[in-house]
Amino acid sequence: MRFSRKSLGIPYAVFLVIFVAAPLLFLFYYAFTDGQGQFTMYNLTHFFTDPNTLGTLYYSFTIAIVTTAVCLLLAYPAAYFLATSRLQTKSVILMLFIMPMWINFSLRITALKEILNVLEGNLAMHPFLNAVIGMTYDFMPFMILPIYTTISRLDEALREAAMDLGADPVQTFLRVTLPLSVPGILSGVSMVFLPAMTNYVVLDMLYNSTYIMGSLIGSYFAAYNWHGGSMISLILLAMICLFTLLTGNAEEEGARGALL
Amino acid sequence: MENRDTIIELKGITKIYEDGFKAVDDFNLEVKKGEFVTFLGPSGCGKTTTLRMIAGFDLPTEGDILLNGKSITGLPPYERPINTVFQRYALFPHMSVYDNIAFGLRQKKTPKDVISRKVGRVLELVDLEGFEKRGIQTLSGGQQQRIAIARALVNEPQILLLDEPLGALDLKMRKEMQLELKDMHDKLGITFIYVTHDQEEALTMSDKIVVMNEGRTQQIGTPEDIYNEPVNAFVADFIGESNIFNGMMTGHLKARFCGGEFACVDDYEEGTHITAVVRPEDVEITPPGEGTITGIVDSVIFKGIHYEITVLSGKNEMVIQTVHSAKVGDRVGMRVDPENIHIMLAEDHTNLFYADVNSDFRLEYNGHRLDTSLTAIIRGSRRREDGTVVDANGEVLEPGRVRILVFIQPDDIEMTDDQDAGLIRGTISNLIYKGDHYSYIIHTELEQDFVVDDEYLWNMDDRVSLLMPVEKMKFTLKHK
Repeated sequence: MRFSRKSLGIPYAVFLVIFVAAPLLFLFYYAFTDGQGQFTMYNLTHFFTDPNTLGTLYYSFTIAIVTTAVCLLLAYPAAYFLATSRLQTKSVILMLFIMPMWINFSLRITALKEILNVLEGNLAMHPFLNAVIGMTYDFMPFMILPIYTTISRLDEALREAAMDLGADPVQTFLRVTLPLSVPGILSGVSMVFLPAMTNYVVLDMLYNSTYIMGSLIGSYFAAYNWHGGSMISLILLAMICLFTLLTGNAEEEGARGALL
Repeated sequence: MENRDTIIELKGITKIYEDGFKAVDDFNLEVKKGEFVTFLGPSGCGKTTTLRMIAGFDLPTEGDILLNGKSITGLPPYERPINTVFQRYALFPHMSVYDNIAFGLRQKKTPKDVISRKVGRVLELVDLEGFEKRGIQTLSGGQQQRIAIARALVNEPQILLLDEPLGALDLKMRKEMQLELKDMHDKLGITFIYVTHDQEEALTMSDKIVVMNEGRTQQIGTPEDIYNEPVNAFVADFIGESNIFNGMMTGHLKARFCGGEFACVDDYEEGTHITAVVRPEDVEITPPGEGTITGIVDSVIFKGIHYEITVLSGKNEMVIQTVHSAKVGDRVGMRVDPENIHIMLAEDHTNLFYADVNSDFRLEYNGHRLDTSLTAIIRGSRRREDGTVVDANGEVLEPGRVRILVFIQPDDIEMTDDQDAGLIRGTISNLIYKGDHYSYIIHTELEQDFVVDDEYLWNMDDRVSLLMPVEKMKFTLKHK
């Protein structure tokens, strides 16, 4: 057999089949069958009629949106000042923002828990607040990095050109810097929003009673209801696809500049 | 009382950066309304920094900028009636051509119909009618350039600043734009301040040229003045091609340089150290013995409309442009019309000489090695793995095709009796007492004149050797 460059792709193709394609097929199969292996739409209709799942979906959405908003509000100014400053220590400060990512995640959350314990006393009293704090803490670097990269890649001459044409610093920011940093904002938003919807480990570790989509799926599988669990996963997958498609489009347009 | 013709005046502008680098040193300039002024100089000479201070992006460390007699030194860029065409255009990529051009007018809250009329008119001016709706990325470099000019001009600024606006265009396009810019300037009557490192561009377009080097103004004048009467060796060397020699006045309207005594029209006192500049096109080749000096033809290069002939007269090199060819190895005479010899008082008495680059990329002068190499003195140059040396732009520097112009100050040279100790030997041919030291002119074995300052008294006609420390030298790369 002659060796061709295509054979280099074989290991990954095998990986893809075993760990991506096959599980997806299983997911489809379980989502649309009942315990006897018969085709059913029950799981789908159940999802949209069960107040429990709908409530969890709504709650997850709220947490994800608030977390994303808080991340954006904290990250944008930090990234902006860091990217536009002439500080010699810029890279060090940026590293301080990113460094938490290098520390083991469970260690970080445990530490956060202790701090919140001291501040709040009983953690169970503020489930929503703690969920947002925990996730913001965990996902912040994913918001800062893309925004920082986008802004620091902007040619400084563009800001100077705006000022040269009569725009004061505020107008320069609103008409030039902000519109041109939209691609960074979008990729930051999608990198924070999606995990914030489903990552329940953070909440579990904070002994948080809050139930989000991830925990819901977990509970279905724990109760051996693979069919219901698969359907919820499938619906989440569909939503994520839709969201990625939307921001993907917007990102392209953002790059071309039609946005805002 | 301010001159009413003066639109902008720069007084004693100095810019020192936080790291201590002095980018601009005591810059003074008056620009008249409607003038086309060009800042010309090599990269790092401070021309762009000066422009940025006029625009308001940088603040001068010292000095004052007056617009129509009023100080604008502290005003931010958005409050100055001055617009800039940036080096890489800096068009807003998220806006259409129309929105880019309308940006400034919208800031001024101009009514919509006025904006649309003005944008249309300025697009016509830059020859891009109907481009309103186009995106910036769909434009070619030349078109982007025109939009950048339109975006600045539409605001009807009192002064238009242009920072190497044609640098990114190819040669043909650049020539075309030069003429168009000049045309626009004549049509609009707006004052243009133009920054370039291209001497030909400066000579073609400007009413007035400011030649800068190392943060200092070297000469301000019309293109003709600058070309014909350069005030120092730097200007002569930077503007056009020149033969530059150190020399000495040997009598009334007589100067010695390049191994001969020439009649000239500039009168300085006998014994004065001078710099002589002769343009290559001003040297006339004669039969041997009939010229002022003689030499051997070293190389002949055909350049299309003329030949470039290098003649070695002793160790001195004369580059000549002529329509008549010559044969390598021929003995020829050379004559220069007194009118065409530009004698300058070597005001700062800087000595200059050419050093060769040997095959090992080390510098050599008069058979002596200088303790430095090409890569050490040419900023951005480096030795590649294959052993060749390239400059900052990645162009190969061949030892045989480049040489180095070396500058050294008189007080950095030391004289010694030990004839073999220095780089070059010579005879003291003039001395002047300057109060706290003596200034000597040394006529060397290579027929050059060096100025040396020394606090001790030496005698006329003493034979000395000159010690020149490498760390005191300054270097400029020259292509042969």
